[in-house]
Amino acid sequence: MRMSPKPIQSFRGDFTYSNSPGAIARFPFPFPEDEYMYSVNIEPHVTPGPEGSVFEFLFDIDEHYLSEMHERDLVLKENPKRCLAMPHMDQACWDLIERAMTSLSTDYPQHFTLQREGDSWTWENKLLNLKDSFTFGDSSTLPLPPMEYIGRQLQGDIALLDQRDGDLFLDAGIVTCPADWSLAFDAGMSFKEWHGPVPMAHGMGIFDRALKYLCAIPQGRPVRRLNWTLTINARMDTSPETYSEWGADRLSVTPENVADKVHLRVELQVLDRMSRSNALMFSIRTYLISLRDLSTNPEWAKRMHRVMKDLKPELIEYKGLTRYHPMVVEWLSQFDPAN
Amino acid sequence: MTIDKIRVRVDAIEQVAPLIREFQLVPVDGELMPFSPGSHVIVEMPDQPRSHRNAYSLLSEPRDAACYRIAVRLQEHSRGGSRFMHEQVKVGDELAITPPANLFAPNWGARKHLLIAGGVGITPFMSYLPALQRVGAGFELHYLFRSKQTGAYRQQLASELGERCYLYDADEGIRCDLGELLGDQPRGTHIYICGPQTLIAGVQEVAQALGWPTSHIHFEAFAAPQPGYPFEVELNSSGRTLAVDGDTSLLEALEDAGIAVPSLCRGGVCGQCKTRVVAGEPDHRDQFLTADERAEGNCIMPCVSRAAGKRLVLDL
Ligand code: HEM
Ligand code: FES
Repeated sequence: MRMSPKPIQSFRGDFTYSNSPGAIARFPFPFPEDEYMYSVNIEPHVTPGPEGSVFEFLFDIDEHYLSEMHERDLVLKENPKRCLAMPHMDQACWDLIERAMTSLSTDYPQHFTLQREGDSWTWENKLLNLKDSFTFGDSSTLPLPPMEYIGRQLQGDIALLDQRDGDLFLDAGIVTCPADWSLAFDAGMSFKEWHGPVPMAHGMGIFDRALKYLCAIPQGRPVRRLNWTLTINARMDTSPETYSEWGADRLSVTPENVADKVHLRVELQVLDRMSRSNALMFSIRTYLISLRDLSTNPEWAKRMHRVMKDLKPELIEYKGLTRYHPMVVEWLSQFDPAN
Repeated sequence: MTIDKIRVRVDAIEQVAPLIREFQLVPVDGELMPFSPGSHVIVEMPDQPRSHRNAYSLLSEPRDAACYRIAVRLQEHSRGGSRFMHEQVKVGDELAITPPANLFAPNWGARKHLLIAGGVGITPFMSYLPALQRVGAGFELHYLFRSKQTGAYRQQLASELGERCYLYDADEGIRCDLGELLGDQPRGTHIYICGPQTLIAGVQEVAQALGWPTSHIHFEAFAAPQPGYPFEVELNSSGRTLAVDGDTSLLEALEDAGIAVPSLCRGGVCGQCKTRVVAGEPDHRDQFLTADERAEGNCIMPCVSRAAGKRLVLDL
């Protein structure tokens, strides 16, 4: 089902965020097997993918568009450092603008239009009531710096990686809904440096192999992977910068509220090569679903029970689930009587 | 939209050196994409008995998406790709190319860029030069060639770059003293080499002796997936035999025959397609199997690897 954006809901305070039946049906459930362990789970992101699915286009725009853009605005107002672009990434930011505007206007013509005459571009975003004319490549003709300008119109976080000497460097991005990591802290780091805290995967050679693969991605052949964690309440911004606001939420989970408080948080990560700069775009599109909504699909609930029950202690600890993991397993067990 | 292949038409062919031909490629429909300096494309050549896939640097202005230019040196002992380009390809022909990829990009943080080209190895630098000039970067081009064979674009380069262009024509007895050249560079200089393996090795040796950090030395290493020779694969469970031709991967051949093998990356890194080998010797081309697993020789990653001999038997 194609999703049309609905009125603004909140990812903080009263947490009015909710998923429609259509959004639940297209949720990117991340577990292909009953067991979960890290792997190089990268595959070609062939577009157009299945109609209406989150894999249909390069950027997925769904019913939460207005809510997420509103939340991004709140975060950036509190802390402008959630968006940054080192000076050498200017060209990469413009590559991203081109890739985003051409894909969005082709994939969602009812919401976005782009007119180009040479370097004179006019962009219209009907969802946000924006219409801007600018000179492509000239940052002084945009109302905001290029990364922030386009980032405020894309659902999901974005990082732009500079590729040098067979490695990737986190030199630009807009990150307002991270699963507990900080762009300001990781800025300038290399692929293995920013992955430093991840347990087990380094020893398994996962990052060596992934890096090699990523460096060889050509234009026009994006790839994707899914990552997941659990989040308490439908909170988009679980960043180290705001830890004081959400860290204690983990203590609020009880057997009575676990199904509504605990959300499966899935990141659809797409990697796409930028044209002129050779930078790699890394988009992190976050989907949240409460355990209760997830359990409307009995197959998902059963599989999730098995995955949670056998999850390695290192992963439970790293993902910050220790406190409430037993309650999650217990609640899900009703969907998996044999286990 | 995912772009798998781009159909291009040969718009012009020009002899730019005794053994080098330049091909101008324009899109058959739609547009080409701008690219980054140092990018290459893989050109697919439908030859008999097997087709060729060769990587060629793009030598046009990177911002110009109207036309791609490549230059091909006729290799004496080529496996056929360069011969095909020189002898078979005519103006008006259509070819398929991949979208640009880049494994040889300039390091924009360098204080100075020292470009060393050997023969047809000038090609990636043709797309560096406009970009370096645009940002006002410090650079020098040192171009080694034999004017009886190569040396394409040297007059143009000399007049455009002036004293930043150094030409060494071995057929005129002019040599480049690498020790002197490398010894003379300011700290923070990055070296880029594209040319024959002997030149790359020569520069590396001198650089190492002078204590250059390896992170400042870059050379072009194409990772184009090369087709192989045809072979046969037998499926152990059914005894069925399939033919895998030279430019089909083993995975594709299995899929074409309706045999489902799990796959993700299709590039030899994820491990999904790992398949047991019952007999025959694999030619491993993946990044996934460990040295021990390779030595045991009883598994293969069919997305990239092939048979070393004429036949493989798989546990499928
Ligand atoms: C190149 C773009 C990528 C960026 C910017 C990125 C960024 C990150 C960051 C910031 C973290 C959190 C680390 C922390 O705890 O501070 C992370 C975790 C992780 N990344 Fe990546 N990553 C990228 C690509 C990949 C790829 C291609 C893989 C493929 C295997 C991968 C695998 C992982 C894994 C397994 C984790 C742990 C996740 C968890 O358990 O929740 N990453 N990544
Ligand atoms: S499909 Fe990933 S290794 Fe073969």
